[in-house]
Amino acid sequence: MNTERLYLYTRFERFWHWAQTLLILVLLVTGFEIHGTYRLFGFETAFTVHNACAWTWFVLYAFIVFWMATTGEWKHYVPTFLKLMDVVRYYVSGIFKGEPHPVPKSERSKHNPLQRLTYLGIVSVLVPFQMVTGFLYYTYNQWPAFGFAGALTLQVVAVLHTVGAFAFLAFVIVHVYMTTTGHTLTAHIKAMFTGYEDVPRH
Amino acid sequence: MHNANALFPRRQRLAVLALALTLLLPGASAWAAEVPPGATGLVGKLPEHHITADHSKHPALQQPFASPQEVTKACLSCHNQAALQVHKTIHWTWLDPADPTRKMGKGGITFNNFCIAVPSNEPRCTSCHAGYGWKDKNFDFSAQENVDCLVCHDRTGTYKKFPTMAGMPVSEPTKFGEEQFDPPDYNAVAAAVGRPTRDNCGNCHFYGGGGDAVKHGDLDSSLHTPKREIDVHMDVKGANFTCQRCHTTDVHFIAGRTYKEPAFTERKSLVQDDQVKRIACESCHTATPHKAGHKANDHTDKVACQTCHIPAYARAIPTKMWWDWSTAGKKKDGKNYKEKGPLGKPVYDTQKGDFRWEQNVVPEYKWYGGRMDYLLLTDKVDPAKPVEINRVIGSPDDPNARIMPFKVHRGKQPFDPELKTFVVPHLFGKDDAAYWKTYDWAKAIEAGQKAVGLPWSGKYTFVETAYHYPITHMVAPKEKALQCADCHSPAGRLAGVGGVWMPGRDASSAADTLGWIAVIGSLCAVTVHGILRLNARKRNDG
Repeated sequence: MNTERLYLYTRFERFWHWAQTLLILVLLVTGFEIHGTYRLFGFETAFTVHNACAWTWFVLYAFIVFWMATTGEWKHYVPTFLKLMDVVRYYVSGIFKGEPHPVPKSERSKHNPLQRLTYLGIVSVLVPFQMVTGFLYYTYNQWPAFGFAGALTLQVVAVLHTVGAFAFLAFVIVHVYMTTTGHTLTAHIKAMFTGYEDVPRH
Repeated sequence: MHNANALFPRRQRLAVLALALTLLLPGASAWAAEVPPGATGLVGKLPEHHITADHSKHPALQQPFASPQEVTKACLSCHNQAALQVHKTIHWTWLDPADPTRKMGKGGITFNNFCIAVPSNEPRCTSCHAGYGWKDKNFDFSAQENVDCLVCHDRTGTYKKFPTMAGMPVSEPTKFGEEQFDPPDYNAVAAAVGRPTRDNCGNCHFYGGGGDAVKHGDLDSSLHTPKREIDVHMDVKGANFTCQRCHTTDVHFIAGRTYKEPAFTERKSLVQDDQVKRIACESCHTATPHKAGHKANDHTDKVACQTCHIPAYARAIPTKMWWDWSTAGKKKDGKNYKEKGPLGKPVYDTQKGDFRWEQNVVPEYKWYGGRMDYLLLTDKVDPAKPVEINRVIGSPDDPNARIMPFKVHRGKQPFDPELKTFVVPHLFGKDDAAYWKTYDWAKAIEAGQKAVGLPWSGKYTFVETAYHYPITHMVAPKEKALQCADCHSPAGRLAGVGGVWMPGRDASSAADTLGWIAVIGSLCAVTVHGILRLNARKRNDG
């Protein structure tokens, strides 16, 4: 198979990707311990680590947003419905028949329409949702000072935060699996380490 | 380092530190071990310099005393308001000062599930009354000389009231069981009076219910000279608190009792008001007692300090948890007998029935707003379920309520099945109606009800009851405090306490179910997809 080597992921992009990977995993493991699903580190340690990760991510998120805005990388996350159904069809059937990907990666557009939608949803909805519900959960005692005591209950905030956690866990499972769908099983993962992706030329 | 900071002015600290490092570094660990962990040096000993009178020099106290009342008169010759002050307190009236009907309190018509009630049993019960001669309902509560100054102010440890003489000390050497009671040397005792020590309070309050740790699980003889392990505040090698350090006393009124009115109504600390009564933990520790930013500070709006900091009560001495009067009266070879249990405490006593004792007891937890509601002997109740003699009042919706630990003493006691009221048995006395003389419940109840002036149908049965005590003493060292997961877990200590969302304990089963379906669904989907891809690849390769 002919491939072309493209430099898709810059150093900071790779850094934030793997930093977020670590944060998500640690947040999931400690979060479900706080949730009462199992005992691993002990509640207090889990709680302390969870909060430290949350604030770390908040800072990282600010840098990511700044990076997106200043480098023009935001263009890769503009949603498009063009060829969206082709991509869906590819993953549902074409992939089994050895068909080529309908939207190959390029330096101008490194994410396919399905990725664009998913990542945009995560960065602009799921992450802020978890940050806001997590912040409210943590600062429950300050609600009267914030001026909205009575509008929410701790239970609602807690359940919403848990729902967000499940969404993240489901995303991680599918996302990790999808990395194996490149022209080799590890092509996408390698690219996320090196920055270079070998894109098939048909 | 706290101690060094307090002892030496700033400019000397560097020199001291350098010296300390040179001298102590090799033995630093040994030196550290001598400083009790948690001792901050902020709480000192009770100052003695405010005492301006030497009572041994007062002529009034050097006269011969024929009776304890004469001692009181001598006290009152200078302290002319003292008895009048005591007369207003619950220590004297045994009535809730907040109850205008004068029913609430053991001087009224409340009762418990230990020796049930005072009326008809006075001479025994009132050995712990701060007075002389309350032997029946005709006691003169207005007599100033009947106030017992010495029981609270004796500093010699030799002044003792006899257990069955209505608060009187003996005038001749007398035995009570094995214990010898001698007439007090009133002149010696009076010459040495002072502010009450732990022993003065403890001689009654540690033995409530007629024995060590019977009533309270958090007040017992281990507090006479407690170790840090038993009580961080009273630790004799540490802060060595007297009771009044927290039970702020003002003209003989001692803060802390709770019936209709809470021990404190305002949550204020010394930081906000230097005249605050120090009866609440918050009075000294403030509402944010932990390190700034620590999540534990966010708990103080819902959880009483005691809940985490008194992880168990009766840590040194077993406390009574169950008292079944219905089995009393059994004899062996026609004689009274006692049977000792595994904790060295009686599990059966002919006079009293079956007991259960427990040590290191995990409290029960309830919302508590500082008030208790007590049943009266006139209240009609449904005995189908165990009856709560006192009800803990509190609700998660009350901003003043906190989750508080309780000892619950349960038992069975006589009940009038027709009038649906609890009854007073006449237990103590030399007359034939006294239960401890003839073991005849009917006679005892008839006499008891007569003494308290209440009707009795002539029938009796035994009904299970529960009596609640807030657990607030015996604050444990901080390293023994509860850990998060003790409550923040699905089956933790607060599993039964509603009205508050607790991470780790509470979950939405709908959200969890949907969440796990999504997670497992994703796993299945990618697994199936992967298998199909593998098969497809084999097929295509082949």
